[in-house]
Order: sequence, then C-alpha cells, then structure tokens
Amino acid sequence: MNQSKPLTLHVPEPTGRPGCKTDFSYLHLSAAGAAPRPPVDVLAADTAELASTLVRVLDDDGNAVGPWAPEIDSDMLRFGLRTMMKTRIFDARMVIAQRQKKMSFYMTSLGEEAIGTAHALALQDGDMNFPTYRQQSLLMARNFSLVEMICQLLSNERDPLKGRQLPVMYSVREKGFFTISGNLATQFVQAVGWAMASAIKGDTKIASGWIGDGATAESDFNTALTFAHVYQAPVILNVVNNQWAISTFQALAGGESVTFAARGVGSGIASLRVDGNDFLAVYAASKWAAERARSNLGPTLIEWVTYRAGPHSTSDDPSKYRPADDWAHFPLGDPIARLRKHLTLKGLWSDAEHEATQAELEAEIVAAQKEAEQFGTLANGRVPSAASMFEDVYKDMPEHLRRQRQQLGV
Amino acid sequence: MTMIQALRSAMDVMLERDNNVVVYGQDVGYFGGVFRCTDGLQAKYGKNRVFDAPISEGGIVGTAVGMAAYGLRPVVEIQFADYFYPASDQIVSEAARLRYRSAGEFTAAMTIRMPCGGGIYGGQTHSQSPEAMFTHVCGLRTVMPSNPYDAKGLLISCIENDDPVIFLEPKRLYNGPFDGHHDQPVVPWSKHPLGEVPEGYYTVPLDKASIFREGAALTVITYGTMVFVSDAAARETGIDAEIIDLRSIWPLDLDTIVNSVKKTGRCVVVHEATRTSGFGAELCALVQEHCFYHLEAPIERVTGWDTPYPHAQEWAYFPGPDRVGEAFKRAMGV
Repeated sequence: MNQSKPLTLHVPEPTGRPGCKTDFSYLHLSAAGAAPRPPVDVLAADTAELASTLVRVLDDDGNAVGPWAPEIDSDMLRFGLRTMMKTRIFDARMVIAQRQKKMSFYMTSLGEEAIGTAHALALQDGDMNFPTYRQQSLLMARNFSLVEMICQLLSNERDPLKGRQLPVMYSVREKGFFTISGNLATQFVQAVGWAMASAIKGDTKIASGWIGDGATAESDFNTALTFAHVYQAPVILNVVNNQWAISTFQALAGGESVTFAARGVGSGIASLRVDGNDFLAVYAASKWAAERARSNLGPTLIEWVTYRAGPHSTSDDPSKYRPADDWAHFPLGDPIARLRKHLTLKGLWSDAEHEATQAELEAEIVAAQKEAEQFGTLANGRVPSAASMFEDVYKDMPEHLRRQRQQLGV
Repeated sequence: MTMIQALRSAMDVMLERDNNVVVYGQDVGYFGGVFRCTDGLQAKYGKNRVFDAPISEGGIVGTAVGMAAYGLRPVVEIQFADYFYPASDQIVSEAARLRYRSAGEFTAAMTIRMPCGGGIYGGQTHSQSPEAMFTHVCGLRTVMPSNPYDAKGLLISCIENDDPVIFLEPKRLYNGPFDGHHDQPVVPWSKHPLGEVPEGYYTVPLDKASIFREGAALTVITYGTMVFVSDAAARETGIDAEIIDLRSIWPLDLDTIVNSVKKTGRCVVVHEATRTSGFGAELCALVQEHCFYHLEAPIERVTGWDTPYPHAQEWAYFPGPDRVGEAFKRAMGV
C-alpha cells in the first residue's frame, strides 16, 4: 500500500498583494486581430477556442485590426468616447459628494466604462438590460437624465424611487434598465425569463443580463445558463471579469486556470472572451451576440476581461488587499485612453477637443448636481415623505399598512 | 370536481382568457404534473404556454420574475412546498420587492403554486407547511384553499391579482376532505357540496375569510386541512365552535376574525405547521390586540410539534380532532 501524504487545502491567492507587483500573465492575452470571427449561427461547441482566447480589435498603436473590427460610424465613435468620459467624470464627482456626506454611498465604474457604453450602442430601443450596480454607463449611453440619477443618489424629494433604495440602485424602465437589486446574481436569471417572455410572445426584443466575476459563484449564475440554454432564450449573458470581488481575487470565484467564458461553452452556450477595455471589440462582440439573439439563434455568453480600477465602493479601501499601482500595470490599459488614441489616429479627435469635452462634461455634471441638490440631499433631510414609505408594497395598500401609516402619524 | 380538477380548471380558464398567462414547472408540461393538476393543458394550449422546466426552483421563480417584468402572468409550480427553499432569494428579495424598490416601474404579477401539508406519510420533505416563511415577507400574498370551489375561485383571483402570490395547496385535500380520522375511508369530493364547481370563470375574493361553520361558543381560526379537522372536533366534543377558514392567510380578513371573537369570547388557532413563530403566533397576537376586553379565556394554539415532520409518527404529529377537541375544552374551561 502506498503511504499517502497528508492532504492539503488549496486556497487561491492573487500574485500581487500590497507592496508587491501583480503578475498578469494569468490573463492569457491574445494579440489584437488574432481571434477568429465565426458566423452568428456558430454552434456553441465550436466557440470553445473563442472562450479561451481574447477578442481584441485595437492594437497598441490604436489601429483597428482583424476580423472583429466593426463597421461603426464616426459620430457613434465620438459619442462613445464622450459617454465614457461622462461616466468617469460623473463617478468622480459623486465620490466627492459622498465624501461631503451629501449621499451615503457610491460605487464607481472606473476602468469599466467601455463595456456598458459600447454594449448599449449595439442594442436597440426596447431591449432590456438587467444590470448590476456597476453598469451606469448603460444609462449614460442612453442619455438618461443626470439630474434624475443624482436625485436617486441623494434620496431627495425628487428621487424617482422615493428614497427607498440605496444610492446607485437605479431603475429606469424607459431606458431599458431593470431595477437593480442588492442581491447578487438574481437579475441574471430574470434576464433569461424576460427573454423567454419575448420569445413566448413572438416579440423581437432581446434581453441582456449582467454579472460580475465574483457573483458567478452564486447559484443563479448556473441557473441562468441552464435555462438560457434549455429554452434557447434570446439573451446576452455578460460576465464582467474585473478581477476583483471586493477584496477577493477572481481565482477565488473559480477563475483559476479557467475562463468564465468556458462555463458558457460547458452549458451549451456560444461564448466569447473579449477585451473589455477595447471599445471596438465590445461593440463588435455585443453586435454579434445581439444579432444571434434577435435571429432566434439562441443565447451568447460574453466574458469581458477588464480591471476594477477604483475601490469596490466608497466603503472600501483596496490598498489593504492589492497593489496601489495595479491598474497602471494591467495589460489592457484604460478604455478611454485607448479609444482616444484610435480616434486621434483616424483624425476624428484631438487633444484640444478632448480638453474641451472634458470641461464641457464637467460643467454639465456640476450643473446637474446643482439642480438635483435643489430638491434636497441626505445631509439636509429633504427626503421623500414617510407616508410614501408604505406605498407600492402591494398594488393597493392593505388594511394593515394603512393602520401602520396612521400609527406613524403621517 | 376534485381539488385537482378544480385547480386545473382555474388554469384552463385563465390560459383561455388571458394570452399573457403561462404555466410551467417540473413535470408540469407533457406529463401534466405529478398530481395531475396541469393534465391536458399543454396539449390544449401548446408548449409556448404550458411547459416543463429544469429541476431548479430558483430558476423557475427567477425566470417568472423576469417574465412578469416583461408583462406576462406566470403561474409556476414548485412540486412540493418543502422544495421552495432554493427559490427563497428570488421570492423574498425579488418577487416580493420588485414593485416597492422600483416605485412601481416593474411589478411581479405571478402566482407560485406549491402543494403543502402533511397527513399523507410524506415524511420530512413532502409534508411541510411553510406558510409562515411567506407571511413574514412584506410584498407577498399567501393563500390556501380548503375545498375545490374555493381552490378554483381563489386561484383565478390570484392569477388576476397584480401582486406576487404564494398559492399553497393542501395535497391531503386534493381528492377529498380529510378530518384527521386516518383510520376511516376518505369520502371523495364528488360526495361533498363543496365539490360542486362551475365549469367557467368565477372568482373567490382575496382577503376574505369564510365562516365554514357558524357557532357561538368559541372561534376557531384555521385554514387548509385543519378546517375539516376542526369541524370534526366540534362535532365530537359537541362544542358550538365557529370555524373561520382564513383562505387568504396574509393579508387576511381581520374584521371577520375580530367580529367572531368578540361574539364568542374564546379563540383557538389551529394549523399543521410547527408552533414556534408559526403563523398562529401572529393570529394570537392580533386577537389579543383587537379583542383583549372580550376574551374570557387564554387563546389556545393547536399546531404541529416543533420537530421536523416525522414518517412513522405521522398521527402523533398531525394535530387530529382529539388534540383540537382537547383545546376546545380547555378554552371552554371544561
């Protein structure tokens, strides 16, 4: 009989901790233009290679190369860059407002602006996104009112959600943006159900579900893949792999030596792994997946490889668990800088225009914040009435809630 | 009709009336459900309207939330109430709160059917009565019929209602009323007046209890199988109990309860579910709060024991007419 050694428990660790440098070789990157672009009716099994390689369009010099380089007009490119800038400036401004205690909480999407922006541009009006709390760029790309967003963040008298929701948990049906829940992954299944409904009714709308790398460990991730595959639901299943779930490295969510895109292939879903900081690749892959869904060819899973450049939230300090300069070393860079380089190369953008746009957006956001603050902030207590707290629990207020409202004297 | 046929008829009526109604769950489609409640519906309405689902309660409820957000009216089935737990997050965090958290932008007009209750040698995972798990959740409606007429009318009301509803079906009552006398043959619904069910559309209103048996001596607040057990206890003790079948467990019909207890001055709460923090505790608290000066005796509670539902000890666990009758006598001081 062989003498067995004592067993050991494997607990994955990131290579980079505070004071060290992250070894990003685990990402297994491909060169821009290297990944093939299959037809939209590709079989799920034939996407296995695409699920382990990386779809990239923009090379280091800012050229769009390879089969995924999309047809995209200049106005849309310029709007895309502007929207990413707007998202980033908005985020920075809201962090300041949180530090000034005008709002209780905020979450930035620093470094992830390309994903929601380009994805939104690849969808059509009437399609429904089921976002997490880090897809504010979807709303920016749909030109949603900044004032309304800030009113939600401030929980003020004009908050469309009447002060019931934590800041950032927007709900904007008219812009195809499903109500955000604090419970991770739940919306991934709901997106599949919405897509099934569209198919049941013979509609032409599609759904887009969103989840982070960490939340793929929730059971609803697996459930969504199973139902999407079983019913061939017209849904795009987006996994935003920003490498971090609060303090937890993506390896601890099951990403060690395997991609999240590969989970899709294992579930019989055509899957792509895409450079999430490459605006053109995001647009092209999203278009491809949307066309598949709308052509009744079934679901697509896309793993967007990106990096959570900012803190998880305003309650988080990343310097306690990862290198302070990590983003500077992330090999896929900054989505805004990369698209800016591309547009400049094509003569569609200039440093002067960039600076002017930056100033213009800052002024727009400051003005929106000023307007929103006229309706109150958390700090000055001008919040929706306590009586409204009892509304919308049910369609009609039941007797017990009427009594409780009376007990509160409102 | 049996309760099974009545439930099937309710779904048939609503599938016919409203194109947005869809029915799905495990074994619900081709096979027609393990209890036959959806028998023939797929053949009649097609696989787009009535279909089989993977064994994933979270997936069934989660997709239904998405469908309801789109504008459909899903009627989904969890095969046994004992198996709703994997869907807890979707029920509590999502379906129940969709309207509130979105200020009405998105709603979850959906019905989740769950066969519940014991008395069938179902053991631990085919007998539970988890209604208190739902009544504690704001935003949900919890409903339980006790007979075929109510089953159809209540289910139609639930499907038409714009709030998410947990529709609990006492499987012990599927084929006939059951008063706890397990040693006696079960009488089928065809021999009971409440088995007379109209073929077409009708509703039984939500939030309205029914007085199953009028009486003057004490008030029994109950629902599901325990309605018939309580009735047997009244007959066998000769105590003139007024038996209230809640039908809508929460939100409930407080007026009917309060009027009855004020009339009788005594109250016994009966349910199959385990005692501690069961729905009976809420009923006792409400009666105490609203009828304190009319009460002539402590409120009695007859429930399942605070144990998992056993197999061999079925009839020592199940609150039968003897145990309920003893509580009646205690409440009467005899």
